[in-house]
Amino acid sequence: MSGFDLGVIIRSLPLLLEGMGVSLLLTVLAIAGGLSLGAVLAVLRLSRLRAVRTFAATYVVLFRSLPLLLLIFWFYFLIPLFLGHPIAGFDAALIAFVLFEAAFFCEIIRSGIQSVRQGQIMAGLATGLPYGAVMRAIVLPQAFRNMVPVLLLQCINLFKSTSLVYVVGVRDFLTAAEIVGTRDHQLTELYVFAALVYFTLCFGGARLVKRLERRYAL
Amino acid sequence: MRYSWKWSAVLTDPYFDWIISGLELTLLLSLISWAIALVLGCLIGIARTAETKWIRSLAAAYVECFRNVPLLVIFFLWYFVAPEILPRNAGLWVKRDLPFPEFWTSVVALSTYTAAMVAEQVRAGIEAIPRGQANAALASGLTRWQVYRYILLPVGLRIAVPALGNEFINIFKNSSLALSIGLLELTSRTRQISEYTYQPLEMFITASAVYFVIAMLTTAIMMAIERRSRLPGMITRATR
Amino acid sequence: MIAIEHVSKWFGEFQVLKDCSTSVAKGEVVVVCGPSGSGKSTLIKCVNGLERIDRGEITVDGVSVASPKTSLPKLRARIGMVFQNFELYPHMTAAENIMLAPLKVLRRSKETARTRALELLERVGLSDFADRYPANLSGGQQQRVAIARALAMDPIAMLFDEPTSALDPEMINEVLDVMTSLAQDGMTMMVVTHEMGFASKVAHRVVFMDQGAIQEDSPRDVFFDRPTSDRAQLFLSKILRH
Repeated sequence: MSGFDLGVIIRSLPLLLEGMGVSLLLTVLAIAGGLSLGAVLAVLRLSRLRAVRTFAATYVVLFRSLPLLLLIFWFYFLIPLFLGHPIAGFDAALIAFVLFEAAFFCEIIRSGIQSVRQGQIMAGLATGLPYGAVMRAIVLPQAFRNMVPVLLLQCINLFKSTSLVYVVGVRDFLTAAEIVGTRDHQLTELYVFAALVYFTLCFGGARLVKRLERRYAL
Repeated sequence: MRYSWKWSAVLTDPYFDWIISGLELTLLLSLISWAIALVLGCLIGIARTAETKWIRSLAAAYVECFRNVPLLVIFFLWYFVAPEILPRNAGLWVKRDLPFPEFWTSVVALSTYTAAMVAEQVRAGIEAIPRGQANAALASGLTRWQVYRYILLPVGLRIAVPALGNEFINIFKNSSLALSIGLLELTSRTRQISEYTYQPLEMFITASAVYFVIAMLTTAIMMAIERRSRLPGMITRATR
Repeated sequence: MIAIEHVSKWFGEFQVLKDCSTSVAKGEVVVVCGPSGSGKSTLIKCVNGLERIDRGEITVDGVSVASPKTSLPKLRARIGMVFQNFELYPHMTAAENIMLAPLKVLRRSKETARTRALELLERVGLSDFADRYPANLSGGQQQRVAIARALAMDPIAMLFDEPTSALDPEMINEVLDVMTSLAQDGMTMMVVTHEMGFASKVAHRVVFMDQGAIQEDSPRDVFFDRPTSDRAQLFLSKILRH
C-alpha cells in the first residue's frame, strides 16, 4: 500500500461537506416523518378496536420484514408510474425511510408505554384521577423516559442507513466520497475516511445517549 | 395511472430462472454468514465478559467498530480496501484468484458485522445471570471454562434467544446490500428484471412476498426454538 | 482446618476487612454474626477464594488460598458452600444440580453421581423432588437442594453465607434443621447468619464482626452470657429483645 494521501481529502472537503449535508437533511426529515407516523401507529396499536389494532400490527410486521433497500427501489420505480415522470432519488428514499422507520419507532413507543407497570395506573386511578389524567401525568412521563434512549439510538441507526441512498444516485456523504475517490484514484483513502467519519459521529452519538440515559434514569 | 399488469412476465424465460438464482444466493449468503456470525459472535460475547481486562477491551473494540459504521461501508471496506491493506501476496490472491469474489466478500462483510450484533446479545444474556450463579459454580470446584460451558452459556444463550432471532431475520434483509458490490441476489435481480421488462410492479410484489415469507418462516423457527429452550419458570414474552 | 490470619481487603478506597484473624478447627461449628455491611459475607467468600485478599493469609487444610501456586478449582472442590440466594442452576433439575460438579470435577460415572444425589436428597428430606426444576421448588426446598449439592462433593468443611436471609419465616426452620443435623454429624462449618437461636444451640464459637473488624471471638456461652465488647452487647440486646 502506498502512503496515505490526506491532501485529496482536504482538497475535496467542500464536496464531502455537501454530501454530509444531504445525509443529515435526509436523516432529519426521515426522523420527523417516521416519528410522527410511528406515534400514530403506536396509538393505533394500543386502540381498543380490534380491527384498528390488527391494521397497525400488520403494517409493522410487513415493513419490518422487507429490506430497506428493496423499499427504496419500490418507490423509485413505482411513483413514476403514478406521476408519469421520474422522481428524484432523494424523494423516493425519503418516502421509503419514513414508511420503514415508522414501523420501528412505533414499536419503541408502544413498548415504552407498556413498560410502565400496571400498578402505577391502578395507584393513579385509586387516588381518584380520571384515566386521561393518569395517562398524561403518570404513564406518559415514565414511558417517555424509558423510550427516549432507544429512540435516539434508532435515530443513529437511521443516520447509518441513509448511506443506502447511494443505490438511487443521491449524492450523500458516502457517494460523495466514492465520487472523489474514483476521480482521483484514491478509493482506499476515501472509504477509510468515510468509515472514520461515520464511526466518530455514531460512536460519539451513542456515548452521548448513554450519558443522558444515566443522568435521567428513574 | 395506466399500468398493464402482466404477471406472466414473472414466469417467462429467463426471468423466472433469474429470480430463483437470486433467491438461492440470498439464502446461501444469509445462512453461511449466520453460521459464521453465530460462532464468532459467541466467542466475542464471551470475551466481553472475561476476567482479563485486555481481552474485554479487545472484544469491545471489535463490537464498537462494526456497530458504528454503516453496513454498506463495511461491504466497501472489505471489497475495495481490504485487498489493498492485506500483505502483498494475500492481496493479489484476493484480487485475482478468489473464486466468486462478490459472494465470498459479502459473506465476510455480513458475518463480521452480524457477529458484533450477536456478541452484544450474548454478552447481555450472560450479564443478565445473577453473579451468584457463577460463584456457586466456582465454589463447587468447576474451572472458569466449565462455568461458562455448563452454566453461563446454557442460561445466557436461552435469555438471548429472542434477540438473536431478530438478528437472524435481519441477516436476510441485510444480505440485500451485497448488490452494492455486484452480487446478483434477490433484490438486485428484481431491479434488473424491472429494467428489462418495464413490469416493475409484478417484480417488486413478488420479491416483497418472498422476503415476507422468509421473515415469517424465520420468526416461526425462532419461536419454536424459544419454546423448546425456555427455562422452567422463565417469564415468556407476551407480544412480539 | 481453616486458619484466617491478619486478613485485610479493600474495595477501592474503602477497607472492607481490617486485620481479621480467626480459625475453625476440625469438627467445629463457628457462627459469624454482626450488623449488615460488617464484612462477614466478604470474609467467608475469601475462604474459598471467591474474593481475593489484599493482605494476610488464609489456609484451608494447610493449603494457602491466596498463593498463586494453589489450584483454586481443586481447593474449592473440597469445600462446600451455600449461598444466600440458593443459586441453583435454573436450567437443571434438582438432581442434575447436585450431579454437575461430581460429574465434571470428580469425573464420577453418571450412575454413581445419580445414586449419591438421590441419597443426599433423601437426607435433606426431598426424595420426591429429584426431577423438579428450581422454579418449581419453594425457597426452603431450593436451599436444601443447595446444601445437598454442596455435600455431594464430600467436603472437608462447609461454608454458609446467610443461608436463611432470603427465606420466608416459615421456611427458615426446615433449613436450620438440616444444618443442625449436619453439625451433629461432626461437619466442620463456618456459618454467617443472624439466627442467634441456631448459634446458641449449635455453635462452638461465635465471631462478632463490625465495620470490617473482628470485635469478639469467644466460645458460645461466653459470647451469649458476658460479651466483652460494647458493640457485641449492643448487637445482642437489639437482636434478642424480640
